[in-house]
Amino acid sequence: MKKIKWVLAAVAVLGMMLCTGCRSGENGEVYVYSYGDYFDQEAIADFEDETGIRVIQDTYDTAEEMYPVIEKGTADYDVIITSDYMIEKMIHNKMLLEVDKKNLPALKNIDSRYMKKSESFDPGNKYSVPYMVGVSGIIYNKKMVGDVKIDSWGDLWNPKFKDSIVMPDSVRDDFMIALRLLGYDQNTSNEKEIKAAAELLKKQKPLVYKYANDSARDLLADGSAAIGVVWNGEYIYTKDLNPDVEFVIPKEGTEFFVDSWAIPKTSKNKANAEKFINYMCKAKVAKKNFDYLYYTTPNEAAMKLIEKKYRNEDAIFPTDETLDMCDTLKTLDTKTTDLYSKYWKEVKAK
Amino acid sequence: MKKFFGNLYIVIIMLFLYLPILTLIVLSFNEAKSMSVFTRFSLKWYGEMFHSKLILGALVNTFSIALLAALIATIIGTMAVIGIDGMKQSTQTVLMGCNNIPMLNADIVTGIALMLSFLMFGISLGYCTILFSHITFCIPYVILSVRPRMNKATDTLFEAALDLGASRGYAFRKVVLPELLPGIASGFLLSFTMSIDDFIITHFTRGAGINTISTLIYSEVKIGIRPSLYALSTVIFLIALVVLLVMNRNNIKNERTAA
Amino acid sequence: MTFSKKWSAPFIVFVIAGTVIPILSIAYYGFTSRDGGITLDNITAMFSANHMQALGLSLLLALVSTLVCLIAAFPMAMVLRDSKFGKQGFTIFVLILPMWMNFLLRTMAWQVLLERAGVINGILQALGLPRQEMMNTPGAVVLGMVYDFLPFMILPIYNAVMKIDSHLIEAAYDLGAGKAYVYRKVILPLCVPGIVSGITMVFIPALTTFVISNMLGGGKVNLIGNIIEQEFTVNSNWYLGSGLSLVMMVFIIISMVLLEKFDKTGEGTFI
Repeated sequence: MKKIKWVLAAVAVLGMMLCTGCRSGENGEVYVYSYGDYFDQEAIADFEDETGIRVIQDTYDTAEEMYPVIEKGTADYDVIITSDYMIEKMIHNKMLLEVDKKNLPALKNIDSRYMKKSESFDPGNKYSVPYMVGVSGIIYNKKMVGDVKIDSWGDLWNPKFKDSIVMPDSVRDDFMIALRLLGYDQNTSNEKEIKAAAELLKKQKPLVYKYANDSARDLLADGSAAIGVVWNGEYIYTKDLNPDVEFVIPKEGTEFFVDSWAIPKTSKNKANAEKFINYMCKAKVAKKNFDYLYYTTPNEAAMKLIEKKYRNEDAIFPTDETLDMCDTLKTLDTKTTDLYSKYWKEVKAK
Repeated sequence: MKKFFGNLYIVIIMLFLYLPILTLIVLSFNEAKSMSVFTRFSLKWYGEMFHSKLILGALVNTFSIALLAALIATIIGTMAVIGIDGMKQSTQTVLMGCNNIPMLNADIVTGIALMLSFLMFGISLGYCTILFSHITFCIPYVILSVRPRMNKATDTLFEAALDLGASRGYAFRKVVLPELLPGIASGFLLSFTMSIDDFIITHFTRGAGINTISTLIYSEVKIGIRPSLYALSTVIFLIALVVLLVMNRNNIKNERTAA
Repeated sequence: MTFSKKWSAPFIVFVIAGTVIPILSIAYYGFTSRDGGITLDNITAMFSANHMQALGLSLLLALVSTLVCLIAAFPMAMVLRDSKFGKQGFTIFVLILPMWMNFLLRTMAWQVLLERAGVINGILQALGLPRQEMMNTPGAVVLGMVYDFLPFMILPIYNAVMKIDSHLIEAAYDLGAGKAYVYRKVILPLCVPGIVSGITMVFIPALTTFVISNMLGGGKVNLIGNIIEQEFTVNSNWYLGSGLSLVMMVFIIISMVLLEKFDKTGEGTFI
C-alpha cells in the first residue's frame, strides 16, 4: 500500500517535471549568463512575449567565476554579459563568435563615445555590444562618518571606521584600490608593486567588516556599515533605501567598466542570441533596465527618455573630466594572474 | 529533580534546532524587508515567490531529482545487498569499502571528481548529471540501511520457505522482501533527505540554467537576502512537516496508545 | 549461497562510474600541470604558507565544532533514553525534521539572526542593550557548523544508547559498581560505535565546508574548502584544486581506518 503511494507520487512529479520542461518557447530558447540581478525581469518577460523565445537565465558572482565555465564548456550559454577585461581575454583566446551587425539594428542607439571606449578592448566592436558602463567609488553614510571628509581610497583605511568597512570580494577590484592608492597602475604586472598592494590590503583586513560584492549596498542601506565600495549605479538604489548615503569618486581615480553582451563560441542558438541583444538595445528597453538598476546606460536613445534629475546626476552620468581619471581593467597574462591569485590568497588567509 | 533538568536540556536543544527556522517563518509574513522590525502582516513575499519562475523551477527540480534519485538508488542498493550477500568475504569487504567512499568523502571532493570525469568524457552538465551524481551518493545510504537486515536469520527463513515447497521467486517475495522492507524504507527516506539537502555536489555538476533550491539560494544570498526566500523556507518546512507526519502517523498512533 | 551475485551488477556499474572513475579523474588532474607534464607541485602546494594557514584554521574550527557537538549530543542521547520523549519514532522525527529544511536555508537563518541589523540585535536594541558583533567571525562559522551538523551527531549516539540493554546496566549496579564506574566501563564503551560514526559525520563536512564560511564568515574566514572551491571557480586552476583535494582525501582515509578499528560490526550508522 505504502509503495503504491510512492509510485503515484513519483509519477505525478515526473509529469510536473516533463510539463515544465516542455514549456520551451515556440521559437526556441536562449540561455543567458549574467551578473546577478542585472536586468529588469519584466523586460525579459516582454521579450518572451514578443518573440516567443524562452529565456533561461543563470547568474554568477564574479567574471573570474564565469570564465572557466565557458572555457571548459561546463555549461553552454548563448549570451553572456561580462566586463571589458574578461571580453578582451575571451577574444584573445578565441572563445567568442562575431556578432552579425546586420541583425542588430538597435545598435545605433549606443552613444558613440562609449562605442569608442569599447574599442579599447574589442577593436572594431566585432564581438561585443555595450550594455552598462560605470565606475567604482566609495559610498558612505554621512551621519555615521561624521566630520571626516571622504575623498580618497585611503579613507577606507581609517581606523575610525573599524569594523564598519565593506570591501569588494574580488581580486582585481581590491587590488585596483590598493594599487591606485600607492600610485601604481591598476593593471601592473610588476611583482614588487603587487606585493606592496597586498601588504596594504593585509593591514586593512582587521578593519574590514565584510568582503562582499552585491550585498555591500544592503549593508550600507540598513546601517550595518558606515563606508564601502560600490559601483556608481548602486548609489541611487541605496539612497532610496537610506537617504543618508553619499557617493564619491576618489581623487586617485578609479576603475571604469564597460559590461557588454557577447556570444560564446559554444552557443547553440546564435540567431536567438542576436535577437535578445538587439532587444536589449532598444531605447524603451534600455530605459526600463535603467529604471531598475540606475547604472549608467551607454544607450543614447534611452538617455533622451530618462528623467532630467537622473541625467544631471554626476554620480550616474559622470562628466568627461571624471572619465579621464578612469581606466578600464586590462586582462593579464597567466603568470601575472597567478601572481595576483597568490597574493590575494595571502590577504584572505591572514 | 534529575528528570526536570533532563527534560529542560532536551527543550533547550530543541529550541536551538528550531529557533532559526521559526524566525524565518515569522519573517516571511513581515511586510517590510527588515530583519529586525516587524511592520505588518503580509503575504506579499509568498506572492512574489509563487510568481517567480526561478524559484518554482528550482522547487520542481529539487523534488523531482530527490524522488528519482531515491527511487533508483533504493532499487539498485537493495539489489546490491542481495547480490553481495552471496559473495566471498574478501570481495564483500572490498565492495563495502568502495561503497563507503562517497559517504565519507568530503562533498567537495565528490562533486569536483564527478564534474571532472563528466567533462573528460565530453558529457555536458545538466539535469542528468545532477541525477547521476545524486544516485551515486544515495546508494551507500540504502546499502547501509538494508544490509543489516540481510543476515543469517533472513537466510534461514528463506531456506525454510524453500524446504516447505515454495519457489525461489515466491520465497523471495513473501519472506525475504518483507524482512528487508524496514531497511528499504529508511534507506529511501534517507536518500530523499540527503538529495534534497545537497548543495555542494549539485553546485559542481549542474550546468546551465538548472537550479535546485540550494544552488538558487546560494546565488541569491550573494546578492542580498530576499524575503521571498523566507517564504520558500516556510513552504519547504511545511511540506517536510506534513510528509514526515503522514509517514510517521502509524508510529505516533502506536506510541500514544502505548503511553 | 542463496542469491545470485548478478543482482549487484547495477551497483558495480555505479561504483565504477560514480566512484572509481571520478577519483581517477581527480588523480589525473592532481598529478599533471597546466603544460601537460607530470608533477607533484599540486600536492606539495598544500604545504605552502597560505594553504597551511587555511588548513590549520579549518582543522581548528572543525575540531571545536565536533567537540561542541559531542558535548551537546551525548547528554542529549542519555536524557532522551530515560525520558518520556524518548519514544523512538517521535524523537527521530523531531531530529530529522530540521535536516529536511534545506541546509543553506538553515545557515541563511543564522545570517538573519546574527547580522548587525538582524533579529537578535533587534531584540537587544529594543531592550536597550548594546548591539553585539557576531557575524563575519570564526565564532559565527563554528556556530553555523554546530547547528548544521548537530543532528548528525545526536542520531548515531542516540541509536547506540538505545541499543544498550538496560539489564546490563542494572547488573553492573547490582554487582556494586558506582555511577561513574558504570558510565566509564559499561555505557561509554557500548556507545563507541555511535560516537565514532557521529564524529565522522561531523568532522569531515566541517573540515571541508565552504558554504558556511562564505555565508557566515563574510569573506574573512578563509577555509581550505574555500581555497579549493576558488581554484575551480575563480582561478580556473583545476590542477591545483585537484591536488589539494587529493590531500584532503588523506583525512578521509584516516577516518575510514578509524571507523574500521572501532566499529567492526558496522552498527554505528544513524538508522
